Amino acid sequence: MMAHSLFFYLFSTITVFSAIMVTISRNTVYSVFFLILVFISISILFIMIGAEFLGMIMLIVYVGAVAVLFLFVVMMLNVTQQPIKFSKKKGIINNISVGLIVGIIIFLEIIIAVGGWKYRDGFIPLSSIDPYLNVSNTHALGNVLYTDYIHLFQISGMILLVAMIGAITLTFSRRENIKRQSYFRQIQRQRESSISLVEVESEKGVKIDD
Amino acid sequence: MIEIGLGHYLTLSAIIFCIGIVGIFLNRRNVIIILMSIELILLSVNINLVSFSIFLQDLAGQIFTMFILTVAAAEAAVGLAIIVIYYKNKGSINVEQISSLKG
Repeated sequence: MMAHSLFFYLFSTITVFSAIMVTISRNTVYSVFFLILVFISISILFIMIGAEFLGMIMLIVYVGAVAVLFLFVVMMLNVTQQPIKFSKKKGIINNISVGLIVGIIIFLEIIIAVGGWKYRDGFIPLSSIDPYLNVSNTHALGNVLYTDYIHLFQISGMILLVAMIGAITLTFSRRENIKRQSYFRQIQRQRESSISLVEVESEKGVKIDD
Repeated sequence: MIEIGLGHYLTLSAIIFCIGIVGIFLNRRNVIIILMSIELILLSVNINLVSFSIFLQDLAGQIFTMFILTVAAAEAAVGLAIIVIYYKNKGSINVEQISSLKG
């Protein structure tokens, strides 16, 4: 238990520190790296708390896909060396003070809401983790995900498909003066429009440019 | 202090949520950091769901965390595509200059 709390404090400190560094870092590439550090520490926390499958998925999806996507975009756009300037407006009402005030108010609201939180009497979970079944976290998730939540699972697949099509359509640019293969024109081609039989008189030749 | 309970995880998630929101307010330079702050906010929601799921012995929270993960990945892909095409058209993704909509 001692080690658990020690590691919790260690990784949560790393998480909070790197989350702050994501927002205030001067270089956008450093922000992405600190974001990766946030994801890795959170996934370690998930694994420690007992949600191993989600921790691993977090590593694969966030670190392997989303953060690399961010890195690609940051490196493609020339924004890495722009120093982060906060708002030039002086005085009480500028971005920093308003942002900090709103952030502190939201934090206090969350603390108040969570501090008064209690278990409800006679709490019935939707799909409980059966302690007697002695299956792993992945097994239990699969038991629920592919039976009770199969429709939501399919819909999330459709969301990914739509996002993929949308991203491709947004960034797709048709280039000029390039030869392309058009399947429809190839398939629609008829024999009559492409072949013509001509009677060639001797020593006259054929004009094919008509 | 020694015993790590639900409250510790909820506090961590609240702190990360607030850092994300403050990050959106503070950053007036480029849109990518705003997108990263949105990722932080979604991550804090994930922490909330997973810790409630573990401490209440209820698997539904972890299922919903997976759906949030899906939506976050889709949102990042589409948002970054929009940023790329905006940069291609205008040559800058400075937040203060993105005002064509006169919002």
